[in-house]
Formats: sequence, structure tokens, C-alpha cells
Amino acid sequence: MALHFELVTPEKLVRSEDVHMVVVPGSEGDFGVLQGHAPLMSTVRDGNIEIYKNSMSESPETIRVEGGFAEVNERGLTVLAERAE
Amino acid sequence: MASLKALKIRIGSVKSTQKITKAMKMVAAAKLRRAQEAAEAGRPYAQRLESVVASLASKVTVSESSPKLLAGTGKDQVHLLVVATSDKGLAGAFNTNIARLARKHARDLTAAGKTVKIYTIGRKGRAVLNREFRANMIHGIEPGDLGKLNFADARAYADDIIARFEAGEFDVATLFYSNFKSVLTQEPTAQQIVPVAPPVAGATGEVTSSGAAVTYEPDEESILADLLPSNVAIQLYRAMRENAASEQGSKMTAMDNATRNAGDLINRLTIQYNRTRQAAITTELVEIISGAEAL
Repeated sequence: MALHFELVTPEKLVRSEDVHMVVVPGSEGDFGVLQGHAPLMSTVRDGNIEIYKNSMSESPETIRVEGGFAEVNERGLTVLAERAE
Repeated sequence: MASLKALKIRIGSVKSTQKITKAMKMVAAAKLRRAQEAAEAGRPYAQRLESVVASLASKVTVSESSPKLLAGTGKDQVHLLVVATSDKGLAGAFNTNIARLARKHARDLTAAGKTVKIYTIGRKGRAVLNREFRANMIHGIEPGDLGKLNFADARAYADDIIARFEAGEFDVATLFYSNFKSVLTQEPTAQQIVPVAPPVAGATGEVTSSGAAVTYEPDEESILADLLPSNVAIQLYRAMRENAASEQGSKMTAMDNATRNAGDLINRLTIQYNRTRQAAITTELVEIISGAEAL
């Protein structure tokens, strides 16, 4: 029950790990991605990515991203961000 | 023949030059490692973006309304050459090779009746191209230390280039940089960045391999319009990363050669110095002996 999540910036691969759920600030609204999500491509607005490591109940880790693109496919979620910190 | 003193000074000066080139070589080696790591760290992003743009571009039919960055202006008259070099010299043929390739392209295009405009990133390339194409230079950027450039800088350059494209200043843009193959080989490369080169069929691969319908948010064209400028920026960024690694590689080789040449020169001068000293001693002895015999 894990989602493979990758956060990539032009400078480096920021994250590559298995997590429970990630909430992505899509340009048409936030969306949460769990394992087995349908294939999706979306642009990302400036905002915070929330990473729920093990369960929904814990408080999420947030990473600020600016500009970019998210893709969900059978291998997991990849966020291409121009900046992340 | 040079005097003993002059030779000694000469040897001293060559020795200190050798020390400098040796230090520069070691600095270049350290920087090279970092530049190489940086170039590798940037690869996943570039690859992902490339495959995404390729798969999107294959889904969107090119028409009048398509983004200009994808479809082009429909003309092929005004060419922009974006020449990325470094600001500093002492890196062997690094800057010269890039400038030479750009110059060749500029000459060919001019001969074919096209208009050429040159946009330089890096002082060295500008200096070389200024001699022949002074009238064609439209803008020059001095990026400073290539190793310290980040994506925001590349983005700013790309935005400037895209703005010029949208203002109709040129139809096709080609980027010149040096591709880092290994420490010993850096290959000057020309790459078309605007309009986006048509994606190669099959390069999309993994994205569509699942066969599942992909949801797009917003629609394909809007995503594409959003991604294309990023794509230009990332190409530029990658080129500058490659340049940074190439520059250090080239500098390392050049400084290694210089150190070795200095060593050879020191050996030759030392032999000459010893011979001269020996000759002076012999002359002195001959004088004393013949003086003694005369008594």
C-alpha cells in the first residue's frame, strides 16, 4: 500500500520514496494521489505539496514548489517542479 | 650566449609559472568533479520533461492556432544563433571551438541568403564573433562563473529569448554549446531550440505504454503551452551545465599540458645553465694555467 513519489527539480532529484499519499496543488485545484490512481497529467501552481508518509492521520510534511508539472502513471507520481525547498 | 644571471632568472620565472598552472589544474579538477555531478543531477528532470513534451506534442495536431514555439512562425528567414561560451579564458580550445562552429553556421546561413542574428552568453564567444559579425550581434550576456549558474538564471535567459521570438525578431533559434563527453573530449554542438524540434516517434514510450486513458488537467494544449517555455529553459540550462563541465575539463587538460611544457623548458634551461657555468670555469682555469706557465 505505497505510492512511489518523485519530486524532481532541474538542479536535482529532491525526493524519491514510497509514501502513503501526496496532495499536489494542481492548477485547477488540489488533488490527493494514493496508490493506484488513474493516469493523470496536470500543471502545478505555486504552493505546498503535502506528503503523508504512513497514514492520513499524521500531520503531513510540506514542501513548497513553484511552477511545474505533475504526472501520475502506473509507476507512481512524478512532480517536475522548477523550484522546491 | 645568455649570461648566467639571465638564465637563472629565466629558470626562476618558468618555475613560478609552472606552480601557477599546476594549481590551476588542480582547481579545475576539483571544479570538474562538481560540475559533472551537477550535470548528472539535472538529467532526470530533462529526460522526464522531454518525454512528456514529446508525448503531448504527438497528441496535439499542429495548426494555425498551435503555440508558436511548437509550430514555428512558418518561415525560415531570420536565424538566431545563441552562442553559449564562458567568461574566462585559459581553457584550451573550449571557447574557440564553440565560436568556430557558430561562425561556420553564420557564414553558411549568410551565404544561403538568410538573415543571421547572434545572441551570446559568455564574454569569450562575443569577443571572437564580434570581429566578423559585429553588425549581427543583438545581445550579449556575461554569466560569470558557469559553475554557479542556477535554473533561475537559465529561465531568465530563456524568457528573454522567447520574448524576442514572440516579438518576431527571429524564426529559428539554434543553441551552440560544448557537449561534455569525457575529460579529454568535448564536442561543440548545435541544437535547435526554437521552434521545438519535432518529437521523434517512439521516444514517448513509457508514458503511453499503459494504454490507459490519461486525464489532462487542464487540456493537452494548455499544458503544452505551459511546458514549452520550460522546455526551452531546460535545454538552455542543460547546455550551460554541459558547458561548465566542458570548460573545467578543457581547462584541466590545457593546464596539464602547460605544466608539462614548463617542466621541459626548465630541464632545457638547466642544462644550458650548467653548460654555461662549466664554460666559464674552464675559461677561468685556462687563464690561470696559461698565466702560471708564462712566469
